[in-house]
Amino acid sequence: MAKRPFPIEFIAERNEAKCIACQACVRMCSNDVHSYDAETDKVTSDDSKCVACHFCEVICPTRAITIKRNTSEFRPNANWNAEVIKNVTKQAETGGVFLTGMGCDKPYPIYWDHILLNASQVTNPSIDPLREPMELRTYLGRKEDRVEIDYSKKEPALKTKLNPQLKLEIPILFSAMSYGSISLNTCKSLARAAEGLKIFYNTGEGGLHKDLYRYRANTIVQVASGRFGVHKEYLEAGAAIEIKLGQGAKPGIGGHLPGEKVSEDISQTRMIPVGTDALSPAPHHDIYSIEDLKQLIFALKEVTRYKKPVGVKISAVHNVAPIVSGIVRAGADFVSIDGLRGGTGAAPTAIRDNVGIPIELAIAVADTRLREEGIRNRASLIAAGGIRCSSDIVKAIALGADAVYIGTAALVAMGCNLCQKCYTGKCNWGIATQDPYLTKRLNPDIGARRLENLIKAWSLEIKEMLGGMGINSIESLRGNREQLRGIDLSDTDLNLLGIKPAGSAW
Amino acid sequence: MDKILIKEEYCMGCRLCEVYCLVQHSKTKNIIKAYKGEYPKPVSRIIVEEKGYVSFALQCRHCEDAPCLDACMSGAMYRDEKTNAVLCDEKKCVACWMCVMTCPFGVISRNIDDKKIASKCDLCANEEEPVCVKNCPNEAIVMVREKKK
Amino acid sequence: MSKFQEKQMSGCAIVGIMDQSGNRFSGKDIITSIASMHERSNGLGGGFVAYGIYPENKEDWCFHMMFENKTAMSRTEEYLRENYKIIKDSIIPTKEDSSIKYRPLLWKYFLQPKKEKIELHYDLTEEDFVVKTVMHINTKIEDAFVASSGKNMGVFKGVGYPEEIGGFYRLEEYEAYLWTAHGRFPTNTAGWWGGAHPFGLLDWSVVHNGEISSYGINKRFLFNYGYICAFSTDTEVITYLFDLLVRKHELSFEMVADILAAPFWDIIEREPPKKKEILQALRIVYGSALLNGPFSVIAANSKTMVGLNDRIKLRPLIAATCKDKIYIASEESAIREVCSRPDRVWMPKAGEPVVGSLKDVKENG
Repeated sequence: MAKRPFPIEFIAERNEAKCIACQACVRMCSNDVHSYDAETDKVTSDDSKCVACHFCEVICPTRAITIKRNTSEFRPNANWNAEVIKNVTKQAETGGVFLTGMGCDKPYPIYWDHILLNASQVTNPSIDPLREPMELRTYLGRKEDRVEIDYSKKEPALKTKLNPQLKLEIPILFSAMSYGSISLNTCKSLARAAEGLKIFYNTGEGGLHKDLYRYRANTIVQVASGRFGVHKEYLEAGAAIEIKLGQGAKPGIGGHLPGEKVSEDISQTRMIPVGTDALSPAPHHDIYSIEDLKQLIFALKEVTRYKKPVGVKISAVHNVAPIVSGIVRAGADFVSIDGLRGGTGAAPTAIRDNVGIPIELAIAVADTRLREEGIRNRASLIAAGGIRCSSDIVKAIALGADAVYIGTAALVAMGCNLCQKCYTGKCNWGIATQDPYLTKRLNPDIGARRLENLIKAWSLEIKEMLGGMGINSIESLRGNREQLRGIDLSDTDLNLLGIKPAGSAW
Repeated sequence: MDKILIKEEYCMGCRLCEVYCLVQHSKTKNIIKAYKGEYPKPVSRIIVEEKGYVSFALQCRHCEDAPCLDACMSGAMYRDEKTNAVLCDEKKCVACWMCVMTCPFGVISRNIDDKKIASKCDLCANEEEPVCVKNCPNEAIVMVREKKK
Repeated sequence: MSKFQEKQMSGCAIVGIMDQSGNRFSGKDIITSIASMHERSNGLGGGFVAYGIYPENKEDWCFHMMFENKTAMSRTEEYLRENYKIIKDSIIPTKEDSSIKYRPLLWKYFLQPKKEKIELHYDLTEEDFVVKTVMHINTKIEDAFVASSGKNMGVFKGVGYPEEIGGFYRLEEYEAYLWTAHGRFPTNTAGWWGGAHPFGLLDWSVVHNGEISSYGINKRFLFNYGYICAFSTDTEVITYLFDLLVRKHELSFEMVADILAAPFWDIIEREPPKKKEILQALRIVYGSALLNGPFSVIAANSKTMVGLNDRIKLRPLIAATCKDKIYIASEESAIREVCSRPDRVWMPKAGEPVVGSLKDVKENG
């Protein structure tokens, strides 16, 4: 057979007793799943188009819709499972490369779920965060080896000049998501929430839209390989600059914004023609080796008069420890490491699911290596790639991260349900789209509020966990691996993470 | 007076406001019965206007200088003293449709299934907050409360 | 080096007495003082440090050594002879005590480093060289442990109640201008002689009541600066931090207190601009040196005695002065036991250091 219909993945099941044919689902589905037949006064569904974004299920006023997986079964086969069979069939038909969105969904081990935290008992009192101060303030940037004081006058004065720092009230930042991969309303939500929470968000490689310049004090601007939107005002607008060398979802390849998503506004912000694919090259074509990186870092520092931290973002690959060491020695003030589970707007599925290593291991080995070389204070480490909850954050910081970036979690807070179709530009939630019908759906007032709610809830949970450990300041958790124990991990894993197995004491 | 503010840049065109308004003004106030069981079928007082991707929900503006008040022959249209809203006393309405014709916003509907009456937004007099405001999923309809002196 | 790899938790009685004019006094007072806090210990560790006890050899580095066996002793002596000139060495005099069942070989050495050995490491000071020696013996020579490595001072410690240890080492026969003492209540298994307090390095000594929750990161922070924490005790970390911040980074004791027991950010916000700038810089650069968790600590070197509490005062600490003498202890009764009418008694606030210094010495800040 030359042509076969693609298999039906999901079914939007309608409870006829509850359906009032209000047609909200018909109007709202950007994939045209639902339709209304005026003759029979009934709403029906074409399930082959359903991507399980859940927008109709959420919007239905009588809760009549349930999204189910289509149970069209294959003979059980541990090796040739249904997904693999369907993939080969589709590629035979189209000759195409699979694209997907969001982060790796394969069942690789999640180390966060194998790490346990400590609590103080008897010999050391735990601290109640509702009654005692609990400090989460974090400074990102290069730290000096020592502080020199001038004692010559009556009042001691600070002699050492500190390097530029980013001040965060909570060790969480919003990850780089480019304007283009996400809508302007989403960017506004992130910017507003960052401002309200006194943390930062990252522009990603899409440049900075003029409406967002007012949030500059909370913006980290990114310089990626395509150099989209990079000009003097852009660099001066950010509180810090991040050079993007890699991304956890697609190590080794560059960014990809399909032409469908390049509207007039995007074209102006990114400085590219309307409707063209925005393909960032894989390497920066002026960085072919570490010394070239040093040149770029210092070029950016010169342009911004050494007043802002300049950092580098890399994906977590096998040699992440020596790479991080090299980057720190090249002058970076912070290094963002994006792990295997980092998200994306568009990436080839094969790359997303198979390339890179989990962030838990990457942060641990990078932190250990920097300390072994005695240079840990020269740069802050930011962990990214599949941070899902407050306990993941506590564990990441205990392993050695100074702060964490959250991307997927932020989008889920604003409505995303990980249907992984971001590359189509048809995001029903108004997040990963530029279609004006759809972008209206994300009200930045609501988006910012939901993000603030999430981060505030997490910070309360983090404080509870800190207090339980007998710690009242996040600096005492950072890199403190004694507070972690591994469960059901091999000796090698425990060694790499630098933690002891559960059950062992000091 | 308390006013309903429309934010057309966030209206998705889902028309849930129409659904909830209809249910609020039904006999049973139950969504399934209101749609499937009731006769005459209740009427929504809020109407979503659409052109291209621009859409917004429009209901009676409760004008300070309301043309419908002047146009009403039977005196069914009156202004509520407490809320300053323009309301229609359905017992008095004779369905002359003068208000429908004069309303510059076109937000008065003809309810013709049972006794003929003119239907319009009543700011959900018996509720804490109008149901369209409460149920709009994207906060495209918001209530602006009058600052109490 | 310790067979017991488990971290020794510390508690529960500390006391320090210093005569700021430099007049020396016998160990009787300190033993009486710590004995009054008998109930705070459980007999699994006690120790003392005394400054000014070897005036005839006051320019020589004095190593108080503990050896589990003779092999350890000969290996250590071989290593010492390579790098130092042994001016004098002898057994550390002790008295039989039925409650002290087991004890290691206790020996003291007076040493001068060989100049040509220091010059091999061109950037090391003499102090750094001694630190290297101590680190080497403690980590590389099995069953040998350096209890103290300063000039004109010594650490006397072991497994037993502090007053038993004090009697065992015949401390009433020594005269010093600065004494500190410690009694332990470890919750682990039996203590070992090297694990008792005080912990000593160069002329630093630290006695400590508390448990450091931030130990994991304090240890790694110190590693960056060349200190290897081989003993899994909190006290070791505190001692090295004092050495780093005071000797190498030349910060005043008040600033060290602002690092180890850092004030909260909202208090820093309200300070006047110059002080705020300093406090901010200290927290930003030395955040990993913050000691989180309850502690009261008495640190000492040849010129100073410092008492300090954690930033929310979770352990007791009282201070008193009587003429030239300054007292710091876990309990007021321990002070009044040896000084019935002090001029002034006070409870230091969280993070506020109590500093006693030798009168003729000017120190930083």
